[in-house]
Amino acid sequence: MDSPKMIPLEGRVDDPLRYGIHGVKSDIIEPHPLESAYRSAKVRQEDMKRRILANTYGAAFPMKMELDRQILSKFQRPPGAIPSSFVGLEALTGTLEGFGFEDYLNDPRDSESFRPVDMHHGMERPQGPARRILRSAGPARALSIGSTRPDILVPSGIRHFSPWKFLVPRYDPAPRQPSTDLVRHYPHAPLLSPLGDPRAAESSVPVGSYNPSDFLSPSATTDCSDDPLSPRLSRMGSSGKFAMSLPSDEFDMPVAKLKDDVTLPPNVSDGGANMEVQKEKRAAGGKPLKEKTTKAERRAIQEAQRAAKAAAKGEGSKASAAAATRVNPTNTGKPGKADAQKKDSSTVTASEKKGGDRQPDKDRKKDTPHPRMQFDDENRVEKAKKRSVVKQTEARNRVELFRHLPQYEHGTRLPELESKFFKLDSVHPAVYKVGLQFLAGEISGGNARCIAMLQAFQESIKDYSTPPEKALFRDLTTKINSYVSFLIECRPLSISMGNAIRFLKTRIANLPLNLSESEAKANLISDIERFINEKIIIADKVIVKHAVTKIRDGDVLLTYASSSAVEMILVQAHELGKQFRVLIVDSRPKLEGQRLLRRLVGKGICCTYTHINAVSYVMHEATKVFLGASSVLSNGTVYSRVGTACVAMVAHQFRVPVLICCEAYKFHERVQLDSICFNELGDPDAVSRDYTRKEINSLDGWANSENLQPLNLIYDATPSDYVSMIITDYGMVPPTSVPVIVREYRRDQLWL
Amino acid sequence: MDFQVVVLAGGFSKTLVPLVSKEVPKALLPVANRPVLSYVLELLEQNDLKNAIVVVEGESAALLISSWISSTFVDRLDVEVTAVPEDVGTAGALRAIDHRLTAKDILVVSGDLVSEIPPGAVAAAHRRHDAVVTAMLCSVPVSGPSDSGSSGAKDKAKKAGRYNIVGLDPTKQFLLHIAAGAEVDKDIRVQKSILRAVGQMEIRADLMDAHMYAFKRKKTFQSLRREVLPYLVRTQLRSELLLNGAQSEENGNGKDALQNSKILLSQLLANASTPSFHEIYALGPAGSAPTLRKTHKCCVYIANKSKYCARLNSIQAFSDINRDVTGDANHLSGYTFSAQNNIIHPSAVLGSKTTIANSVVLNHVTIGDGCSIQGSIICSNVQLQERAVLKDCQVGAGFVVTAGSEHKGESLAKKEKQ
Repeated sequence: MDSPKMIPLEGRVDDPLRYGIHGVKSDIIEPHPLESAYRSAKVRQEDMKRRILANTYGAAFPMKMELDRQILSKFQRPPGAIPSSFVGLEALTGTLEGFGFEDYLNDPRDSESFRPVDMHHGMERPQGPARRILRSAGPARALSIGSTRPDILVPSGIRHFSPWKFLVPRYDPAPRQPSTDLVRHYPHAPLLSPLGDPRAAESSVPVGSYNPSDFLSPSATTDCSDDPLSPRLSRMGSSGKFAMSLPSDEFDMPVAKLKDDVTLPPNVSDGGANMEVQKEKRAAGGKPLKEKTTKAERRAIQEAQRAAKAAAKGEGSKASAAAATRVNPTNTGKPGKADAQKKDSSTVTASEKKGGDRQPDKDRKKDTPHPRMQFDDENRVEKAKKRSVVKQTEARNRVELFRHLPQYEHGTRLPELESKFFKLDSVHPAVYKVGLQFLAGEISGGNARCIAMLQAFQESIKDYSTPPEKALFRDLTTKINSYVSFLIECRPLSISMGNAIRFLKTRIANLPLNLSESEAKANLISDIERFINEKIIIADKVIVKHAVTKIRDGDVLLTYASSSAVEMILVQAHELGKQFRVLIVDSRPKLEGQRLLRRLVGKGICCTYTHINAVSYVMHEATKVFLGASSVLSNGTVYSRVGTACVAMVAHQFRVPVLICCEAYKFHERVQLDSICFNELGDPDAVSRDYTRKEINSLDGWANSENLQPLNLIYDATPSDYVSMIITDYGMVPPTSVPVIVREYRRDQLWL
Repeated sequence: MDFQVVVLAGGFSKTLVPLVSKEVPKALLPVANRPVLSYVLELLEQNDLKNAIVVVEGESAALLISSWISSTFVDRLDVEVTAVPEDVGTAGALRAIDHRLTAKDILVVSGDLVSEIPPGAVAAAHRRHDAVVTAMLCSVPVSGPSDSGSSGAKDKAKKAGRYNIVGLDPTKQFLLHIAAGAEVDKDIRVQKSILRAVGQMEIRADLMDAHMYAFKRKKTFQSLRREVLPYLVRTQLRSELLLNGAQSEENGNGKDALQNSKILLSQLLANASTPSFHEIYALGPAGSAPTLRKTHKCCVYIANKSKYCARLNSIQAFSDINRDVTGDANHLSGYTFSAQNNIIHPSAVLGSKTTIANSVVLNHVTIGDGCSIQGSIICSNVQLQERAVLKDCQVGAGFVVTAGSEHKGESLAKKEKQ
């Protein structure tokens, strides 16, 4: 969590129209002890830190830090659908290092409905009702629990109370959805809701306290279902609803239990019925409102609801109780609850079924599998399987720790895909070819894969023609999405490819509307061309230019596996007439270094070739280590070919500088601390096979053994401690500067 | 997917003489009561290839075939039947229809193929490698009557099927040598340059050229006189065709900055992809040859053994395929069979007390009382008089088997008409 940060306007909002009449009660009554303890501990910690710093460095230092903090936290949400990034602030406060559940739970980028912003949204945002909510979401992220006073927390829970990073303000359904649904959007909020509404927790009527109708007149209850713009929205109502309709959490457990025991008072059902009526009214009268919602938004809302339903179903009693009052208002107590639960689940399955027989094209567009899908989540995997083009048999023996990553039987996928060659009309031949090559492993390496993909997209855009009555930028985005999902099925995307796709989609979304189709196509093709040229080719040249200066006569340069950038550096240095020697460290099973070796020796460079198990021996000789990278993450972690971390650590131990060569377009704002969360699994057979000596294949038939779980990791993460310098197209920077590049340059240059 | 399909249906094959007659060209030979061509066309249909060009040798055969196609596939496939003069060979046939071909790649299928291997697999392998030609190889089908057949192992049945001598590279993706079994006398000539470039070559005789090819179109056939495939395979390291015309230009005036970055780009891609021996060879021994040597790739797709694939190119093959289609591979024909593995056309008239086992009886056959037929194929309009006994026979169209005669392992046909 961040340091205290007050948003001046929101300390006390005297806006009775919007938030109801301000109650003195909340100011007088002491908050829940746990909440206050939690808050004060934060404040005290911050205070102490500041005092220590002042003692050590003088008073100016904490002041400067405070100033920095203020500047950094003013950072606004960038346009486009990129989640707002507070990397600077996080780096400053040290939250970057921390790894809480907000980092991996319900990340908006994990959302299946995540896609670039469309035109309607862009129009709506500055003018429409969404504005206020969206704006507030930015700072809300930096808002800390410690700083927020209880009276803010309670009434404006919907607006401000979200210390979590995963707000999805883009698709925030708040303005036009019942608040129940809004709340469902943030399934983790209940963690704090008892704290946020301490009176409720302490009050003697536990159920009622969580039920708005106990406190409020029926009219107030109906307001819960209204949108926050409604002048009648009451603070109590919102908070009560908040707590009620959320999936339970540890903090909520006692409440839930209590609820089980007490039958709901009759006026609850009244309230529920009222709500229903109100909803209907809204449905009848709120047509203009409805029309405004864009398709993407509606879908996002639907998705969120579905997800929340599924979550609520799994989580148990509390949510179902909420559902009981909503779905089945006349029933009270347990039977009603059970009934509702059943109903709830049935609707969920029904909607899922409906999803199954939708138009294939639409379906594909919608359900583009996320590159970071968790593969141990069976539901999602099932869903993904249904829509996948490549038939994927999951490998049976998978290492427990890596269950969340996709691993397939490798032998079967290529023939399957090949035999479907003529049946896949939706995939452009060029994309298909590239996909096949990825699957067969004929193209590897971040740059090459990215270029191959972009060139295939270029081809497909060349052959593209907008179907009648469709907008180019919408339909083309759909097409690109389906291509991307096809490529993901062939092989998980590299980070470089992900960035390139984001670039392309933003370009499509930002096409001027008055362009004709041919102009738009030409525009996009030249954009892609420019991306390849500027971000890869020229970037490589700049990297080479920088890196060559680091090579001196007599150097012994160690490199690992095969990196295109490193190879260019070595060749360039050789052409400049520098006298140096190259140690190529390689590893099974890919043995990519051998190809590098062949090319370097062909150029006349003096090389030594060894495998990674001898790295500690050859490191004695090395004076510099040049390594490539698949990506550099914003905490400076280098995500690269497996084995890189090992080489970097050995080099660090031997006090040999480690230089990472990586184009800036491969940087990513993600933070990763280990190579487990996100990685790629290769063919497990490859590690057990030895092509050179067929007679010693003692692991043949291992797949049948229950006890053997082979693991073939493709990437690993090198902590920034072991990296001396990163050579990018923006110059040579320390790993700590990566977030700056990500934040400052990326926004201006890539996703305008 | 930018593919055009050409079906080479042949004409009146001489090797199938008792079966093929003036009325029945090779493509219309019935296999399990359906013309053999229908297997290919249905395979195409299943794979969403709705357009095809059928090339037939000889006008009269073309007429027969086109009338059959238009009646059968009228609204399912868009088939164009073209006649070419007889005895022009594969290359000639392709050259004859060259002006019709517009797609980037062409899929050439022999009309006598009975197979369940999706043509997409060949096409995909072709695309993946960016090859000039990709051939499908399948394992040689088991020849001769099955052991379950009553006749047992006849010495005639022992005759090995037509095989090819195929040379493959160690990854089994590229074709280095191919020769039809009939052409191999005693020795095989393998080119040294190919052998040197690959390092290792695997020679196999258990594979059969299934005559399903994917070709790159660009002017491939114009310079060819001989059989297409062996020629392409032989010349793969000194390509005279198409291809890297652009590349030599690049090397010529690579001063331009834009050009330069293009070279960088292609180099980057080339370095990242697994090089085939072609590329290594093209780069020269030390990767620094002054000019790129021109090569082209000849790929193979080796079909899975579990998939059925056979060609109807001999009488033996005809009975084999009929047997297989009625037996092991009966999912291909779409019929259900009697317990005795027979296919009997509904128009056939069977007398009383006849026994028929493992046989194919085509339309309008009249079988008299008390006949016994085993493992035989009886073509249309054949008349079997009483108590005729046939074992492992092929009976040509319109033949009359006299009463009480016994035949074993013969092919019977009306001789007087020919």
